[in-house]
Amino acid sequence: MIDLPSSAPDGVVVADALDAHIGCFVDPAQYLALVAAWRDDGFEMCADLCAVDYLAHMDRPLPEGVTPTRFEVVVNLLSLSKRQRVRVRVQAGNEDPVVDSLFGLYPGVEAMEREAFDMFGVIFRGHPDLTRILMPEDWEGHPLRKDYAVGRVPVQFKEAPGPR
Amino acid sequence: MSDLTHLTVRTTERIEPLAAETAEGAQEMQRRAATPPSELGREVGAVLRLDGRVLDPNAVDYERRDDETMIINMGPQHPSTHGVLRIMLELDGEFVLRSKPIIGYLHTGMEKTGEELSYIQGATNVTRMDYLSPVINELNYSLAVEKLLGIEIPARATWIRMMMSELNRVASHLVWMATNGMDLGSTSMMIYGFRERELILAFFEKTAGLRMNLNYVRPGGVAADLPDGWQDDVTVICDTIDERTYEYDELLTGQPIFRDRLVGVAPLMAEEALALGVTGPLLRSTGVPWDLRRTMPYLAYDQVDFDVIVGTYGDNFDRYAIRLNEIRESLRIVRQCVERMPAGDYRSQDPKVTPPPRARINESMEALIHHFKLFTEGFQVPVGEVYSAVESPRGELGCYIVSDGTSKPYRMHVRAPSFVNLQVVPLLMRGGMMSDAITVISAVDPVMGEVDR
Repeated sequence: MIDLPSSAPDGVVVADALDAHIGCFVDPAQYLALVAAWRDDGFEMCADLCAVDYLAHMDRPLPEGVTPTRFEVVVNLLSLSKRQRVRVRVQAGNEDPVVDSLFGLYPGVEAMEREAFDMFGVIFRGHPDLTRILMPEDWEGHPLRKDYAVGRVPVQFKEAPGPR
Repeated sequence: MSDLTHLTVRTTERIEPLAAETAEGAQEMQRRAATPPSELGREVGAVLRLDGRVLDPNAVDYERRDDETMIINMGPQHPSTHGVLRIMLELDGEFVLRSKPIIGYLHTGMEKTGEELSYIQGATNVTRMDYLSPVINELNYSLAVEKLLGIEIPARATWIRMMMSELNRVASHLVWMATNGMDLGSTSMMIYGFRERELILAFFEKTAGLRMNLNYVRPGGVAADLPDGWQDDVTVICDTIDERTYEYDELLTGQPIFRDRLVGVAPLMAEEALALGVTGPLLRSTGVPWDLRRTMPYLAYDQVDFDVIVGTYGDNFDRYAIRLNEIRESLRIVRQCVERMPAGDYRSQDPKVTPPPRARINESMEALIHHFKLFTEGFQVPVGEVYSAVESPRGELGCYIVSDGTSKPYRMHVRAPSFVNLQVVPLLMRGGMMSDAITVISAVDPVMGEVDR
């Protein structure tokens, strides 16, 4: 397990992840400060950002001191100089999830945050252009949410025989 | 005809004729008059907030009048956009002032589909994302699943995977050489690239049964052992393509027109690339020696000998040179795989993960049960979440899987390198010529199946 940077905010829960990356569970209020601390510590790149909807696992086991919420934003940071990865998991909230945008720290998250917004409806505070990126502009709902219906649109064939 | 004289032409000032009002606001590129300076700055590449490299949004020539510029759509059906990419360009004559990539035309909800498929079926899904490097997609997915399962993969399977993914990298770079040549007007290169790629695809067909979307690498190993006489086939492929790369050198590398189109065009700096999360040949062209095969080795890449090709200037010519030389380096790895391929199983012998051999089903009840359970229900994967990354021809291909202990992933997210790399397009196109914009798209090498997923 690697150490938290000295400038990291208090109250960050650290756990070992399966793939030997460090997993940090963080309060949304400290999210930006923690990621900034990691960046100053040599993590030059934000490799990945995605969201997870834990609707079916609201009571999942998390380390002591972390309150599970429905939505979780997962950030994978990469340090090229140390050849290390770090995973930051932030509990984004149950309804109307809101977290700060990392755009000021890593401009490259622009598209990834838009995707998370498009697919999950997570609002990234401070994102310059939080619009749909993959779905059509006038789409309703957020498709990767667990309560979003799959395949509910019945296929209607042209000139299908009617019921007798 | 005289009826028309009394018709009046509406001359109302239309502020945002191109932007559709949606619940989330206007989404497309707007007229300058309707675009606030901050937005304008962002669109011309002011995304960089690095020390000393801040582009002041006000420094953008905000006062330029709308009738001096023209906003046009390039794509989604433009042949040089490599699929269904649409780029809105604001042009002043031949020069690109702003550009904005618009994606999503190929979005089919593959991450959602991935949640509906069992772990065995999942490889068929991810292999269709980056359709130019299917083996590497499957490999990445399988590595993530295996990490969750905690199973050991036989050495032969590891080396087969490595050989197949390097052959796939060669095939992918050959397609890039071909399409890049076509974008720059070298139609011969287009024919040559696809001709050589066909050799590799024929070998894939012989091995896995399919030319593309192989579903060859699966959690637990690979689908089938290599065919008889594979050493000869692979050696012929290596010899042929290795020799042909020197013909490409003769055709393109020193050719004045080709060089003029690439040298010094669309430079990118290392800081910009890192800030934007760019990986792969684009990052290496800026001089950053970052290749996951070397820096964070997976499979058996720490046991083979190869060089990481790094550029100096970060321009389009460096990107071309890196890809051409990566073909040679990949062939070097393939040759070492042929020499050192270990004997043994080509897939894990764990009966909970690997289906039994066909012959066993007729005589063993347990084999029949395992076979039935595996293909109806799939295998259960322990609770956990994992992120694994491999070096695809386009950069870091990552896979984040959350498992809840059932036989289907609770969440499967793929970090597509093209999706992230596409963010440099506005930066690279800014201030360049329209004809260079074509080479920018080509140099970024987006595969739209992977961008939109």
